[in-house]
Amino acid sequence: MNTGKSETEEGKKRSGDVIVETISRVMVPFIQLFALYVIMHGSSGPGGGFQGGVIFGASFVLLVIAFGIVNAGNRFPEAVNTALFSTGVYIYAGVGLLCIICSLGAAQYLNYGFLSLPVHFEERRALGMDFIEIGVGITVMAVIAEIFFNLAWKKEEKKEGGKE
Amino acid sequence: MIPSIDLVLLSLVVVLAIAAITVRDLLSAIMLLSAYSFLMAMVWVEMHSVDVAFTEAAVGAGASTAFLIAALSRTVRWEKK
Repeated sequence: MNTGKSETEEGKKRSGDVIVETISRVMVPFIQLFALYVIMHGSSGPGGGFQGGVIFGASFVLLVIAFGIVNAGNRFPEAVNTALFSTGVYIYAGVGLLCIICSLGAAQYLNYGFLSLPVHFEERRALGMDFIEIGVGITVMAVIAEIFFNLAWKKEEKKEGGKE
Repeated sequence: MIPSIDLVLLSLVVVLAIAAITVRDLLSAIMLLSAYSFLMAMVWVEMHSVDVAFTEAAVGAGASTAFLIAALSRTVRWEKK
């Protein structure tokens, strides 16, 4: 059984296992599709932005475990992750404020029915809830990936710095 | 709720929790905690709260296990006596 230590070291030396790499390469799109399904179905069934975001972030964690932190982690720069998790918060706050603005101050924060969309009142409610879920999902996905990268990466960085 | 299934699940949860805090190998402790989370998800499903079970399976068994293994890779595997 591999410890986490030998997994990350193997990943750095690029002596990856063919089976693990192939299986994770096949599985990751399906995991991400399932995460999107969970996010979009959160308003009408079990699931939601948080769970879907966690599943989406877990697909990145799987990529990092299979391909090594240096090879996979370089594709998710910290600046992009930071921009993503603030984007999610801005989507949430923006939809909430839009409800106040569209109703000229009559409705409460996040009262989706007063969004000025060209559909029925009930349908506006469902759509507004979906926008909120998308914002939550983006934030949670970026935060889960970033926490894992920060936990796993520092040793590799030090080693590389020592080599140079 | 079906009492016999509940009894089996809850006794397994207790056994796994005790095993996770007594074992010396920290990787085994992480794996036992992961199995504990899966069994807790089953208990939640048994209590008809599917949303909580979903969260438990995604966060407890998936994400936090990966975080704990990443944290273990920065320290030693065996607990000192």
